[in-house]
Amino acid sequence: MRLIKNTWTDSVSDYIANTEKDVRLMLEAIGAKSIEDLFSDIKPENKPRSFNLPEGRSEFEVMRHLKNLSAKNATDLVCFVGAGFYDHYIPSVVDHLANRAEFYTAYTPYQPECSQGTLQAIYEYQSAICRLTGMEIANASLYDGGTALYEALMMARRVTGRNRVLVDDAVSPIYRTIIYSYTKNLDIEFVEVPVQHGQSDRAAIKKHLDDKVACIILQNPNFFGAIDDHSDIASDAHRVGALVVESAYPISLGLLKTPGEMGADIATGEGQSLGLPLSFGGPYLGFMSTKREFARKMPGRVVGETVDANNRTGYCLTLQTREQHIRREKATSNICSNEALCALRAAIYLSCVGKEGLVQVARLNYEKAEFAKSLIGKIKGVSVKQSSPTFNEFTVVLPRDPKEVIAAMIEKGFAAGFPLTRYYKNMENYMIVAVTEKRTKEEIVRYTQSLESVLWN
Amino acid sequence: MNIPQGLLFTKEHEWIKIDSDKGIIGITDYAQRALGDVTFVELPKVAGHVRQFQGLATIESVKAASDIFSPLSGEIIEVNTKLENNPALVNQSCYSDGWITKIKIKDLSEKKDLLDSAAYKKYVDGLGV
Repeated sequence: MRLIKNTWTDSVSDYIANTEKDVRLMLEAIGAKSIEDLFSDIKPENKPRSFNLPEGRSEFEVMRHLKNLSAKNATDLVCFVGAGFYDHYIPSVVDHLANRAEFYTAYTPYQPECSQGTLQAIYEYQSAICRLTGMEIANASLYDGGTALYEALMMARRVTGRNRVLVDDAVSPIYRTIIYSYTKNLDIEFVEVPVQHGQSDRAAIKKHLDDKVACIILQNPNFFGAIDDHSDIASDAHRVGALVVESAYPISLGLLKTPGEMGADIATGEGQSLGLPLSFGGPYLGFMSTKREFARKMPGRVVGETVDANNRTGYCLTLQTREQHIRREKATSNICSNEALCALRAAIYLSCVGKEGLVQVARLNYEKAEFAKSLIGKIKGVSVKQSSPTFNEFTVVLPRDPKEVIAAMIEKGFAAGFPLTRYYKNMENYMIVAVTEKRTKEEIVRYTQSLESVLWN
Repeated sequence: MNIPQGLLFTKEHEWIKIDSDKGIIGITDYAQRALGDVTFVELPKVAGHVRQFQGLATIESVKAASDIFSPLSGEIIEVNTKLENNPALVNQSCYSDGWITKIKIKDLSEKKDLLDSAAYKKYVDGLGV
């Protein structure tokens, strides 16, 4: 911390606008004695050991260094990993249109007079999300599937005035980690309901459902790939005034019952599958839609269609009065942004695959995964979990630690799957395998042969 | 600026018309002008309780969403459901058809913290409009 302190004591810095006096006044207001005191809850091992940075390098040197680093990534593996993020085909028109300079900003357009194109694109995106999820109103997007789920539970809290949240154990553990971390300092009681045979445990959920519950969080297909129909859980929840939050996989909605059809109150999900490339850390896309009656409790931006003074169709941000730049601490949510560029990609993807195309993509995913299941299940010592139907991802049990198997499969050119022990303690030999429309018959056959040889040769 | 006689006011620009142990609450002409076109009124639940100067309802205009504070403590006995479909009543008729809620007053002595129309007029004039 020393360098920062020195910069402050110099009183004028090119980069830090606060004067020494500003800093002193702020520390006094907080009740901290010094900058070190202010940051005293950061453990020493988490603090930088030194601020002695190396001398600056030229652009050429930096580029070479970064290229060498990125060359260490394996980017040409044939991908059978899913776990919430999938290797789908992105039609070239998505890049072509989304990379146009007129669109190329991730930020929300505040000024309708100079942003009609972007606003219309977001409006089309919202309409597409409504139709996809079977809901009545969608927002202009959120950061990713996990934060969308967090926003949904906070919304359920606002709607119901209750503080208990039931979470199905088969909701992505990545999302659950995000939820728990976001709500760590809030007064929310979480009850995790373990899955039974890979599906939501009706009896256990019923036992916990009462008039203290704000919402129940479900996911379809769940983290193990299993498809479920949560309509009965939705009826049970509504009977006690609790809401149902359903996290959905958008591509699967080409074939499966939508959250709206199941009676969910809030639908969320990860929009990466809709035209966004797989990338470590994103940027990804959270979507959210709900019933009209909850419009004013929904976080984030909403673009509305209206008419201008000359009666021409136009688009503008609406319900902004609920946001934090106006409502301050009483804002609906502290999210005051959206993923406009990612939402644009989703809108382009959905409009170019179209209504029938999406059904076709979904069907291909399902059929190719079934084909892979039938081959993988024949390998000696390997079993495919068959307790529920699946969409494009399924759980296999291996005779060995999947982590070793995955490492060996990389040598053969495959990203083989996701080991469940990373998040589920009692699933040592379990791995989830995803098969998208991009996987060819030849790749699936070669994958099976390689897996067999890794296990038995 | 319309400031009727016989009502009591808050410095947050709410009014209350007291009729024995009941009161009708709304926002003043000054408030509706400052807000601009009202687009939505979020009404409280009937049978709920509210304390003096605490949030009673939320009023949303093209400019902002603002809280309406209760001039007195009490129990909410009625809300103006006409506002659900016609929030513009607050602009058109803030002292009659645009009322917000009716309460059963808990403690009439709290009146001492409210302004009469003369005092409220003086207060509003001081705000310089």
